[in-house]
Amino acid sequence: MADKTFEPLIIGFTCNWCSYRAADSAGLGRMKYPPNIRLIRLMCSGRLDTTFVLRAFANGADGVLISGCHPGDCHYVEQNYKTQSRFLLLRRLLAQMGIEPQRLKLLWASAAEGAIFADEVTKMTEEIRALGPLNWRGDEGRRTKDEGHSLAVGGRRSAVAEVAA
Amino acid sequence: MTERIGVYVCHCGSNIAGMVDVADVAKWAGEKLKARGVIVARDYKFMCSSTGQEIIQKDIQELGLTRVVVAACSPHLHEPTFRTACERAGLNPYLCEMVSIREQVSWVHTDKVAATEKSKAMIAGGVERVIYNEPLEQLRVPINPATLIVGSGIAGIQAALEVAESGSPVYLVEREPSIGGHMAQFDKTFPTLDCSACILTPKMVQVGNHPNITLMSYAEVTNVDGYVGNFTVTVKKKARYVNTDLCNGCGVCQDKCPKKVIDPVFEAGLGYRKAIYRPFPQAVPKYPVIDRENCTFFQKGTCKACQKFCPTGAIDFNQKDEYVTLHVGNCILATGYDLFDARRISQYGYGRLANVFTSLEFERLSNAAGPTGGKIVLRDGVTVPQSVGIIHCVGSRDKHYNNYCSVICCMQSLKFAHLVKERTGATVYNFYMDMRTAYKDYDEFYQRVLEEGTLFVRGRVAEVTDAARLPGEEGKLIVQVEDTFIGKQRRIPVDMVILSAGLEPRADSKELGKLFGISCAAAGWFIERHPKLDPVATMTEGIFIAGACQGPKDIPASVAQGAAAAARVIGKIQQKEISIEPIRASIDKERCSACRICNNQCPFKAINYIEATAEHRAYSEVNPALCQGCGTCVAACPSGAISGAAFSTSQLLAQLDGLMLLNVDGDGRGARVEETVPA
Repeated sequence: MADKTFEPLIIGFTCNWCSYRAADSAGLGRMKYPPNIRLIRLMCSGRLDTTFVLRAFANGADGVLISGCHPGDCHYVEQNYKTQSRFLLLRRLLAQMGIEPQRLKLLWASAAEGAIFADEVTKMTEEIRALGPLNWRGDEGRRTKDEGHSLAVGGRRSAVAEVAA
Repeated sequence: MTERIGVYVCHCGSNIAGMVDVADVAKWAGEKLKARGVIVARDYKFMCSSTGQEIIQKDIQELGLTRVVVAACSPHLHEPTFRTACERAGLNPYLCEMVSIREQVSWVHTDKVAATEKSKAMIAGGVERVIYNEPLEQLRVPINPATLIVGSGIAGIQAALEVAESGSPVYLVEREPSIGGHMAQFDKTFPTLDCSACILTPKMVQVGNHPNITLMSYAEVTNVDGYVGNFTVTVKKKARYVNTDLCNGCGVCQDKCPKKVIDPVFEAGLGYRKAIYRPFPQAVPKYPVIDRENCTFFQKGTCKACQKFCPTGAIDFNQKDEYVTLHVGNCILATGYDLFDARRISQYGYGRLANVFTSLEFERLSNAAGPTGGKIVLRDGVTVPQSVGIIHCVGSRDKHYNNYCSVICCMQSLKFAHLVKERTGATVYNFYMDMRTAYKDYDEFYQRVLEEGTLFVRGRVAEVTDAARLPGEEGKLIVQVEDTFIGKQRRIPVDMVILSAGLEPRADSKELGKLFGISCAAAGWFIERHPKLDPVATMTEGIFIAGACQGPKDIPASVAQGAAAAARVIGKIQQKEISIEPIRASIDKERCSACRICNNQCPFKAINYIEATAEHRAYSEVNPALCQGCGTCVAACPSGAISGAAFSTSQLLAQLDGLMLLNVDGDGRGARVEETVPA
């Protein structure tokens, strides 16, 4: 699976107050990271429903990043601790489903930590690239640069329906 | 598809267009997302310009758009701009969604093809999401005109007077028995050498007498609830053991009290006070407090001298701490700084060598109202020093302690040099790294001190010792320093050493920040909303900061910030009501199984459990006034009964699909499978 041209797709869930702003400050600082990650803004990492992560994998993501405020710095007092427990639960669940738990990552990043955000995203992209495609949707090989679908995923949503059901 | 969506892709000059093929992105969105309802997709040089906004407004009105997606910068920058543009054209502002293709794409990626592809995916995400956006109304809440100000140093005093003068009520909470802060301890202020008390006490009196200011000294904030416009604050008024309704401030109790203790706060450990005391004669309020730890009656059960001699019968040994609840609309924190503890730098000998003083000790020593009546003498209380060494940057600009510059120490040291010279004629050495005398008239003061004959040695002091090695060093303090101008080690014997200690954040600033929901930077100073453009506001609406709690600063800067924070608060009060984001959770009673899982998820106690009655079964409900909109309960609800406005599950799942280009037309991809998802 170690296809050199494999471009993983990573979905990142960010908190409005810190990690989304960390992404902003990475931008302001013109810090570079690979284009494989696509972010979704939540008001708080505590908004992260565990099914969002499973849906992301089911829909074709190769990795999922959950990011929030540092412990003790949550904009909503303590909700990031709840995120952490959901993260730990998800990692175990993924392992039981036969998915490498490393595909799910938790990152604490404050609004000032653009550099940390960019570094971690870069690292994660390489880690997921090394793991290869998750291929949960059965669309292996559809996301290589050779085919010109560098970032798109295709196929139907049957897998999604199964998970959601 | 019933929605009519407009997609607008911004060039941001070359900021986006330099890395993303914006024309291609817009064309792609117009073709491939047509089936999703995109009826128009345009690119423009600056979407945020008035022309850019007019394009959107015109399309809303002429094409009847029902949803708008703007792919430009971060929503933290221009979401309000585009929402307002939509509103002007008659579209609910919450039906506009922003996609950040500048901060998240063009500025951080280097591959043009990949950047363009990612922009397309993100726009698809935005389009999918916006379909599920719902029109929302901003919540309008009245602003309580009262203001809480915590800390009554010069910044807090200035802020309190400004707000009170505008006609609004102020609660000024101070931890110590008197207001005044550090400024009350100083003798002279640089660079004008005004007497500190002479310029401060009139302001203190004004605060004490102002009809709009409720002064709560010897009190601390213990709890803060609510949000901008409507904070509920609990203040603990510590027991003074003096009935302030009866006390007339005559001071007899203080004279008669037999217990003398060292005053570690106001006199910086140099002088004494009684067990019942007023920190200084001009204290505001004038009422004394009993220090329970040192009072003979509280410790041994007998004495009551103060009570016996009090002419008004104001002493009340049974007084208890009192908790007061205040309702305020805005808060200003002006809690100041702590002095760096010079004991931490053991080689400077503070606490071990008697004649090493801290800057605050010297302020008291030189103060006419201080323990020596303004006589500059050694620790023995009589000997006038013949030579004095002043060490700069103690605990500042030092990677072992604090990296930052404490701002005031250069000028403060120059002031000390002048005072020593003027009052004792002693030889004065300043040991400095760099002279930092920016701001009005400061460098002129430096020139003046230079002309007075103060000696300056450039170099960081290695050690202060009393171990004499050379003739003439016996009985002196020897300052070991590298004079970097001549490139030599020097040993300079002096009688007195003054450590110009740096400023540090208050030891409890983190806890206070937590209480008010604002954060501290790495060094511990409170973080302002913007380091240049918004220095007194914080990330939490309705909480402002002023003075040294935001970072080291001198008196003029503290006064300016106090006034600035007050101006911000007055502006808010005059709006009378404030709109707050309608991002709130709500519970569908019918779907709620009353499991109470959400009840424990909320840190704001916004979810109430309603017991079953004859009419209805049990359920939980959200109090929108307390809900902050984090959405944790939405994610936790096993019945899918809770929905979060603006961040609903359908919106987020749709965005997820869009980001993966699942519903792109004519690309061999199936149409979106509609399924029932929790709202």
